[in-house]
Amino acid sequence: MTGIPNRKPETGAFFPRDRNRHPPALTPGYKTSVLRSPQKALLSLDGTLSEITGPVFGHSLLGELDNDLIHNFAKPGESAIGERIIVHGRVLDERGRPVPGALLEFWQANAGGRYRHRKESYLAALDPNFGGCGRAITDDDGAYAFRTIKPGPYPWPNGVNDWRPAHIHFSVFGHGFAQRLITQMYFEGDPMIWKCPIVMTIPDHAAVEQLIAPLDWANTIPMDARAYRFDIVLRGRRSTLFENRLEGN
Amino acid sequence: MTQPLGYLKETPSQTAGPYVHIGLTPNHSGIDGVYPGDLGAAMVNDRTLGRRITVTGCVLDGTGTPLKDALVEIWQADAEGLYNSPSELRGTADPNFTGWGRCACDGATGAFRFETIKPGRVPFKDGRMMAPHVNFWIVARGINLGLNTRMYFGDEAAANAEDPVLMRIEHRLRVQTLIAAVDGSSYRFDIHLQGESETVFFDI
Repeated sequence: MTGIPNRKPETGAFFPRDRNRHPPALTPGYKTSVLRSPQKALLSLDGTLSEITGPVFGHSLLGELDNDLIHNFAKPGESAIGERIIVHGRVLDERGRPVPGALLEFWQANAGGRYRHRKESYLAALDPNFGGCGRAITDDDGAYAFRTIKPGPYPWPNGVNDWRPAHIHFSVFGHGFAQRLITQMYFEGDPMIWKCPIVMTIPDHAAVEQLIAPLDWANTIPMDARAYRFDIVLRGRRSTLFENRLEGN
Repeated sequence: MTQPLGYLKETPSQTAGPYVHIGLTPNHSGIDGVYPGDLGAAMVNDRTLGRRITVTGCVLDGTGTPLKDALVEIWQADAEGLYNSPSELRGTADPNFTGWGRCACDGATGAFRFETIKPGRVPFKDGRMMAPHVNFWIVARGINLGLNTRMYFGDEAAANAEDPVLMRIEHRLRVQTLIAAVDGSSYRFDIHLQGESETVFFDI
């Protein structure tokens, strides 16, 4: 783990999380949440050093194909089957500042909606040239990009006939452990989005729209791949100018 | 009219789902050859300073059944109480200790396990010392937003008694849910998502 170039370390506490925009723990339409949701109130804790610090990963972590899911599991000379796309965007904080050095990890099903996982039993076939994982670290502008194929929708045992919309899972590290976030990206125009019990765990319509990546025609590469743009916003943090902190600054 | 504040909104969370291992511990889940190893699998090396310890436990649902598809991450200070983070301004943490670990719960038993070191004490915001603790973050199918908690050590009774965070827990019976049982250099920390012995979770 290394420092972040061209950036003064920040030691302010994070803005409180707006829990009205996040899904609550108990969302009975998503059945598994019923027994996995705390019933007691959370204990509020304004950021101590344990929350405002967090691991940061250097670019040296990355292999050449880490952000190319079309090729990072494929046999030499072969590639994954499906709609070739580029997913790109920026990681910003709530103040609108770029978050450089943020580690993003992605995972997804293949073009037919099948995950490469031993507990997955969907009858759609595996693609021998597709693993389904990738990662990237944002540059000084907070920008990231990866290549993949567009995942397919897949059925899941929740309601009798529930299907997930096409989606890519994102795991994000900012600079503090309190910024840790996992979410899912959906695709513009997918009619499955508004039928999905997992999407609908989010109570706020505008918050759901924040997870839907628009087709980015300007960045589509002719004769190669279409592009989708997905920006991610992490928690902002207070300035340290007037922090009543005895240690550290 | 006033000036707009202009802040952006945090991207909303979604569950990590049952296949979180594909993205976060691909080697563990049988996807070999993409990354050389799983991130967060090793926190220490032979030069790491401090007392070696093992932290194990399970994440249990409202019926007491261990989750077999949860993923747990921990974040802690080094033996001197310093975090290996650019936001750590009090000194330089042990370069041979990452401070961060990640473990997929076992698919058969639900157990997680970390080989780490006992952390030093870290100051609270007003300068009082917090008791040694390990920060936990838990995600899984059925958990819509990652859960934050802390593990404290059963052999640190004096420090725990003066810990500014533990002292804020109104229902004193619940303090015990954050204190790991000791067996030599092994600590056992079970996380109860729901029910009578529900673990204290934090809005951090």
